Amino acid sequence: MIANLLLAAGNATFWLPEGKSTFAGEVDSLFYFIFWLCVFFFALILGMAVWFLLKYRRKGDEPVSLPSKHHDTTLELVWSGIPLLISLGIFVVGFRTYMDVVTPPENSFEIQANAQKWSWSFTYPNGYIDSELHVPVGRPVKLTMSSQDVLHSFFVPELRTKQDVIPGRYSRVWFNVTEPFEATVFCAEYCGTNHSLMQSPFIAHPQEEFDAWLQKASRWWEGMDPVEAGALLYQKRGCVQCHSVDGGGGIGPTFLGGFGNRRQFADGGTGVMDENYIRESILNPRAKVVAGFDPVMPTFQGRFKEEELSVIIAYLKSLSGK
Amino acid sequence: MTTSDAAVGIPREVHHGPPGANYLNCERGLKSWMLTLDHKRIGVMYLASTLAAFLLGGIYALIVRTEHLTPGRTIIDADTYNQMFSLHGAIMVFLFIIPSIPAAFGNFFLPIMLGAKDVAFPRLNLASYYLWVTGAIFAVVSISINAVDTGWTFYTPYSTSTATAVIPIVFGVFILGFSSIFTGLNFIVTVHKLRDKRMGWFQMPLFIWGLYATAVIQILATPVLAITLLLLIVERAFGVGIFDPGLGGDPVLFQHFFWFYSHPAVYIMILPAMGIISELIATYSHKHIFSYKYIAFSSIAIAIFGFLVWGHHMFVAGQSPLINMIFSAITFSVAIPSAIKVFNWLTTMYKGSVKLTTGMWYALLFIWVFSIGGLTGIFLGTLAVDVHLHDTYFVVAHFHYVMFGGTVMALLGGLHHWWPKMFGRMYSEGPAKVATALVFVGFNLTFFTQFIMGSRGMPRRYYMYPDEYTMYHVLSSIGSYIMAAGFFLTAAYLISSLIRGAKAPANPWGASTLEWQVASPPTMHNFEGPVPEPGDPYDYDRVKWDGSTREWHHEPARGAAGH
Repeated sequence: MIANLLLAAGNATFWLPEGKSTFAGEVDSLFYFIFWLCVFFFALILGMAVWFLLKYRRKGDEPVSLPSKHHDTTLELVWSGIPLLISLGIFVVGFRTYMDVVTPPENSFEIQANAQKWSWSFTYPNGYIDSELHVPVGRPVKLTMSSQDVLHSFFVPELRTKQDVIPGRYSRVWFNVTEPFEATVFCAEYCGTNHSLMQSPFIAHPQEEFDAWLQKASRWWEGMDPVEAGALLYQKRGCVQCHSVDGGGGIGPTFLGGFGNRRQFADGGTGVMDENYIRESILNPRAKVVAGFDPVMPTFQGRFKEEELSVIIAYLKSLSGK
Repeated sequence: MTTSDAAVGIPREVHHGPPGANYLNCERGLKSWMLTLDHKRIGVMYLASTLAAFLLGGIYALIVRTEHLTPGRTIIDADTYNQMFSLHGAIMVFLFIIPSIPAAFGNFFLPIMLGAKDVAFPRLNLASYYLWVTGAIFAVVSISINAVDTGWTFYTPYSTSTATAVIPIVFGVFILGFSSIFTGLNFIVTVHKLRDKRMGWFQMPLFIWGLYATAVIQILATPVLAITLLLLIVERAFGVGIFDPGLGGDPVLFQHFFWFYSHPAVYIMILPAMGIISELIATYSHKHIFSYKYIAFSSIAIAIFGFLVWGHHMFVAGQSPLINMIFSAITFSVAIPSAIKVFNWLTTMYKGSVKLTTGMWYALLFIWVFSIGGLTGIFLGTLAVDVHLHDTYFVVAHFHYVMFGGTVMALLGGLHHWWPKMFGRMYSEGPAKVATALVFVGFNLTFFTQFIMGSRGMPRRYYMYPDEYTMYHVLSSIGSYIMAAGFFLTAAYLISSLIRGAKAPANPWGASTLEWQVASPPTMHNFEGPVPEPGDPYDYDRVKWDGSTREWHHEPARGAAGH
């Protein structure tokens, strides 16, 4: 039990989830070293308090005064010196491990990550974009991340790493996964209404399986009709996070039965929801905002190819039976 | 305005009232309170007002905790939830914790402890109170328009893009900053200029050292917050690009500015609390505080280090590793003065004569929660470990142990310690002990479970959460209800003591500082006749229990040499 708590590496413990990255073991050992240090000092403080309380408790009203010193320089040096030395040691180990956590190796496999309210999208080296993060096992993976709107933060607890994603600049995070597993990418920096739903599946495969997945996924719409392809793309790009397709409420208007109807805009104008309206709303979302909704959707300019726009449009038409 | 009376702000026409008159009854009517220049009345008004803010912030906290009884929606929707935790944080930090101890107990006791009739600038003192009220009105108005949903940290670019009423509450915080600066300025000048001539720097009670260190931070750090908030308002109102990358600004710059104030602000919250603990431990152990100078200088050291660690809030915000290394190293240095204080408090109990009043219980509970809060700071100061724990419930638990646990335990300890002095009535110890137990159990149940959730990976500010955390969230919510019951019980017996409580003697606890050598409650001018020789503030040999009268009796101080 104690050995399990002390060594920790890899296994789930009471305090930490399973560690699945190469540096997780180091982080966990440091965590548990600090943990036991805290337990020791807390027990020491509590022990002294309880002991003095029991031993020197005032009985009756009149205080007993025992002769004692008001100062002892040796004691002061001991109880400031020991914490100082321990702190220095923890700082040094913490910094060295941190450098491993933030320094990606040269040969890392690169994936672009894009964060926006309230979804993630990941662009793989062949240009394929998916809302799921798939990575190979046993190979360093580096994410180059940017945000479309506000601050977000990439966090996978099992990887023991985290990095804010900032609009207007790139940040990066890297990890080397030790075994196949599935987990969740969380957003750890508060970003508004659906912050707690800004999650993506994280799947680590063995290298061959990953290659096969990427190849298959990149050609995902082969053999599909446009409506089917559009439905899948609608999921993959996270549209569904804000726009329901079943008439339910959301951050944006639902698309059930909307196509071909006239819509009331927030600026007072109206317009028919047709192909051109959908296209404009994806590429320049703030141009015509439906009344009753906030202008919060970021632009998808450059993130949808022409044929992808057309299958999305086909899918939205199908929702109105057109 | 040329007489020395004007310098201490006592209008000359003021009457002393009938015999037995005190600061509470020497003048009557609402106007006599609203326009008072008496530091004690201003302290009482601050006490009532900040506790009202505590109640409001507490209600928001209970709503948040109730929402978390289930992983999905329980009582409110996501946007309302985001407003609730934002208001909880903003109100607790800016309207309650920062002003509470300095403005309430500091105002009331700093002049008396120094042997003065009032603070140096009584009108400025009243102005600071009205600025607080104005800031509070802005906050409340913004809540009623469209409550802010940015978190209390107002991080850009979210805060410049959200549709909620950011400007009114930010302007409110801006005004509250001035209130804080006025109080700090007043205290510094009072300590320097109105301290009894016979009282040396090292004969000041340690509470004064805590307040002095706090005042220095208030004056130096708060202007940075003010400028930051103004820049935020300018960006939001006029579209000038400062923090918003869409306008060419830098969002991380806001975090630097914000934490340059808000980290020192943590010490604004905790240093006066530590000062109270020094008073409580020494008084109730009836023994000279151990290592006075180390405790005094550790307050100053914390105030100085506090300015140099703001970057540890941004270890994962994209700072360079070199900057992170420097901030991590300096952060560890704060551990040393904190450790010095805790060990000196404990050693003060050694060979003392410990009386377990409610005040002493709260001092011991402070040591409990502050030790956990401080020790868990080691995890967060350690770079590699912080990366995993950053922005999780572990951080939430940590800062609640330090800020809420630390400050509120000390505040409650101080409230029980000074209640008889402030209002002339004794509270009943029975219900007080029950309430203390409820607060203690509730507090630890609420926040210790959050450490566990956090290190397991539960991110903070999450409206919905994964099912695996349900048990911890439910326990945490139950803890918050227990704690609330403790606070309500406290309010009940304290208020009832005002009506039914026994009359308090001048010195019910056998304390040795000057405020216990004036009447309970004090008279208008604090000291009737000459101020007693201050002497060593922790020389308990001259405070004797008289078994026949059942009262504490002060012997004259043995000169300025102290012990």
